[in-house]
Amino acid sequence: MYDIIVVGAGPAGMTAAIYARRAARSVLVLEAVNYGGQILNTPDIENYPVEAHISGYDFSTKVYEQAKDLGAEFVFEKVVEIRSEEDKKTVITPKNTYTAKAVILATGSENRKLGLDDEDRLVGRGVSYCATCDGNFYRNKVVAVVGGGNTALEDALYLSDLAKQVYLIHRRDSFRGEETNAARLKEKENVEIIYNANVTKLISEKRLKAIEVTDKLNGNVRTIELNGLFIAVGRIPENRNFADLIKLDDAGYVIAGEDCHTNIDGIFVAGDNRTKMLRQLVTATGDGAVAATEAVKYINNK
Amino acid sequence: MTIVEVNKDNFEDEVLKSDIPVLADFNAEWCGPCRSMKPMLEEMAKTNPGYKIVSIDIDAEDELAEDYDVSSIPCLVAFRDGEEVNRSVGLISRDAIAELMEG
Ligand SMILES: Cc1cc2nc3c(=O)[nH]c(=O)nc-3n(C[C@H](O)[C@H](O)[C@H](O)COP(=O)(O)OP(=O)(O)OC[C@H]3O[C@@H](n4cnc5c(N)ncnc54)[C@H](O)[C@@H]3O)c2cc1C
Repeated sequence: MYDIIVVGAGPAGMTAAIYARRAARSVLVLEAVNYGGQILNTPDIENYPVEAHISGYDFSTKVYEQAKDLGAEFVFEKVVEIRSEEDKKTVITPKNTYTAKAVILATGSENRKLGLDDEDRLVGRGVSYCATCDGNFYRNKVVAVVGGGNTALEDALYLSDLAKQVYLIHRRDSFRGEETNAARLKEKENVEIIYNANVTKLISEKRLKAIEVTDKLNGNVRTIELNGLFIAVGRIPENRNFADLIKLDDAGYVIAGEDCHTNIDGIFVAGDNRTKMLRQLVTATGDGAVAATEAVKYINNK
Repeated sequence: MTIVEVNKDNFEDEVLKSDIPVLADFNAEWCGPCRSMKPMLEEMAKTNPGYKIVSIDIDAEDELAEDYDVSSIPCLVAFRDGEEVNRSVGLISRDAIAELMEG
């Protein structure tokens, strides 16, 4: 039996592991893919205190090595179920069953999909969720961005410097995002903003060729031929596997305050999958520290 | 084996005409998930003599990327007897890479 099992090796989970090891507790980190989490996708972090520029990969590798050097154990298996009993928690992966005195859920979030037919098949064949990752494939091509938040605006701006033509498809009639980005976009000659509209169909052969866009007000359907569609409609927390046990809000986030306590004694939450104001690295690592400290306190009081 | 760097000049020999199955890793230096996957691929190349793992830098080899319809990286394409048999896009786990190779 471990003292603490951390689920997810993103910034929150790995920081929790560091704090738990510093408190001399045994720690197992279970991660579905590889250490790092979402931040792997960014080539340049500019807002984390200590370094003005660092890539997401370098950032996470440093945190990973710090946690490992302190003695945290990492196993790459996806957690599919957690069971809670009075004196132990059981954590289940497709390969193994582990037990611990306390558990920290740090599963972060994943890209929200549009939910259209063929969307999964076309990822990497014209459909992308990351403009800074895949924008280079669309030099002098025609692309569309769907979404209306800051990410969508930033993606459209970024792509407007690479692509021949950029369509920005937004389901409302104005942007909630930063005013400055919206204003800059409106000045770009190669950007067309389509308001009050949804992408309703992906048209493809081997790869994406066109999209159908439906006007929400009058129902008119317009077909846009393009090479790439960038989907930036937000992220969803990865808490589905724990929904039977852990109380979630309507959007799927674990309901917890700054103390990172869930509704279950001995199960804590840290990072982007928790209800909170700001989802960034600093708040994720902050949560990791709090959750580990609370978990250690819980174990000590048993 | 170690990972073989492949470009458009040696692609045919190294990949299409290979006697053993090939896993082609389309990647780029600036791509974090690609860098994250690299150590896993390096280790697998060492421990799986029955496979060849090749690396293709999509910035230098944009023609190859286009020929194989790669528009999102990391992209792993499994080849057998010169034919594509499997493909995955995005960061995947070590086990998922192994499955892709078993095809
Ligand atoms: C493109 C991009 C750029 C960003 N840039 C910045 C920036 O510049 N500055 C900044 O502060 N923030 C940035 N962010 C936000 C930042 O990345 C997140 O706030 C932070 O990564 C959250 O950390 P986390 O540990 O809570 O979750 P995540 O990073 O999402 O990590 C969660 C981990 O849990 C794993 N996991 C999920 N489910 C399971 C399961 N069932 N079993 C096992 N493992 C599981 C996942 O595979 C993942 O590795 C950016 C985000 C993106 C997408």
